[in-house]
Amino acid sequence: MKILVPLKRVADPDNANKVKPTADKVDTSGLEWKINPFDEYALESALRLTEDGKAPKKRLGEVIVVTVGPKETETTLRSALATGADRAIRVDAEDDALDGRMVAKALQSIVEAEKPDIVLMGKQAVDGDTNQVGQILAERLDYPMATFAATIQEEDGGVLVSREVDGGVCWLRLKNPCVVTVDLRIVAPESVYSLKTDKSFKHNDGVRFAALPAIMKAKKKPLDVKTLGDVAAGTELTAKYSKFEPPPQRAAGVKVADVAELVQKLATEAKVI
Amino acid sequence: MADALVVAEVADGKVRKGTFSAISMAKKALEALGGSFSILLIGSGVKGLTGEVAGFGAAKILVCDDPSLANYTAENFAPTVAEVGKGFGLVCAVASSFGKDLMPRVAGRLDAAFAGDCADVSNEGGKVLYKRPMFAGNAYGYCTLETPIQVATARQSEFDGAEPSGGESPAEDVAKVAPGEAASRVEFVKLEQVKSERPELSEATTIVSGGRALKEQFFQVLEPLADVLSSGIGASRAACDAGYAPSDFQVGQTGKIVAPQLYFAIGISGAIQHIAGMKGSKCIVAINKDPDAPIYQLTDYGLVADLFVAVPELVEELKKHKAASA
Repeated sequence: MKILVPLKRVADPDNANKVKPTADKVDTSGLEWKINPFDEYALESALRLTEDGKAPKKRLGEVIVVTVGPKETETTLRSALATGADRAIRVDAEDDALDGRMVAKALQSIVEAEKPDIVLMGKQAVDGDTNQVGQILAERLDYPMATFAATIQEEDGGVLVSREVDGGVCWLRLKNPCVVTVDLRIVAPESVYSLKTDKSFKHNDGVRFAALPAIMKAKKKPLDVKTLGDVAAGTELTAKYSKFEPPPQRAAGVKVADVAELVQKLATEAKVI
Repeated sequence: MADALVVAEVADGKVRKGTFSAISMAKKALEALGGSFSILLIGSGVKGLTGEVAGFGAAKILVCDDPSLANYTAENFAPTVAEVGKGFGLVCAVASSFGKDLMPRVAGRLDAAFAGDCADVSNEGGKVLYKRPMFAGNAYGYCTLETPIQVATARQSEFDGAEPSGGESPAEDVAKVAPGEAASRVEFVKLEQVKSERPELSEATTIVSGGRALKEQFFQVLEPLADVLSSGIGASRAACDAGYAPSDFQVGQTGKIVAPQLYFAIGISGAIQHIAGMKGSKCIVAINKDPDAPIYQLTDYGLVADLFVAVPELVEELKKHKAASA
């Protein structure tokens, strides 16, 4: 099993309320770069799908991580390598010079060259919140896809995926090669099973962290650099942002003394009951 | 001049309400596009639904009714939507799990630029300017899409559903386009629907949401309140992750985005990711025993109290109020 995991680094999502939208950009200075949480979950899922649940963990396939971004994003790739990915690819590009359509085209070239069984990625990056690259990529490759995956079970030559949709859970069976984009619950203990993992095995809840020796070892793992011209020649930016602004602030309201006052205010002041 | 196409979302033999928000977005985008809008009904047995969308002023209702479209998959729907979309400048739908799954795939097929989950559209010198929430709702970005065909989705809570304007749009059949190889490699297995008597979160006018503080008594405490208010029930991510509430209850950036008239946050501290999903609500009430909980920074009415005492009391007070105003 060969899995390609596209990753994006984003400004620390736990402090997203500290971003400063100005007229021409969203200023994230002062915030740490982190792996987009959904991509981190995709990486964890890829690692689980290439393991059998037994200790010590042995990689039963290959996990390749890829990002599109400037030199500094190699830190993100190295930390992914430290948690267990085998090798990395960076497509050199400036963040501002990219949109989802371009990233999808760049990834398409890499998928065509690497021929993974599965492309596993986050459902969206939590900076742009656009939620498009996985779907566009799948269509361009003419691959089947499962978006918003909550569970993935490897099957012979494919995967069975449950997806969280409005009003319920939708189950899809895909034949490889395919694209799967993951949602939050994919890192629950019983969400991801490779063919070799016993169904009674429970993973640790959440994503794994790299141990120090693995971090050292990750420095020696292969990291290829390509240019945007290599993988998405002739593609131009077509989603053009012209301005940004902060959301309107809600004024803090009043504290009420008791339940009776609350009901009275809801009825006479807010007129909502 | 260009026209807009609204892809209707159909479920359980009905046009879903979010479709009318997409119609509102399309109509507003026409201020820049200049043309008319049409509606695409796609699925199995959708021919009988033209009446549900006929009175909104659409130039045409395009109907692709085919038994092979009974169970939605993007691989099977996107080729037809894209083919029909080729005659339009904008192809849009509501940003539900259907629209979010399908529309970027349609954009990929058309090599079109995509703007997802839009909060508004306006006319910027003859171009559609899309307003989009980013960074978990902590910023709005405004963008134009510079491809001949543009694809977008509308955040349901930001666009009031279009009202019927009278008249009757003519219906026209369109043929299903044979899907590509991808469709032969995906099998729809099943849809496990969660049936509930309560209003769906995206459509409820009142929502009662609970946090981790409710523990195993999540439903025991919230159901009587939801009953008296005829409201939907939501939950914070923490409550879902802890297993106190099912995952499809989750309100937040990574769950459902809601904007009801009245929102109760019970035992919810107010994490950024939760706030991103409910701050558009008209009136927000919080009940929390921590007077410094961040949720109070955006509530209209805050009650600092033990929720296990306050919520049952509130249920009684609301019953009295209902009886008195009946």
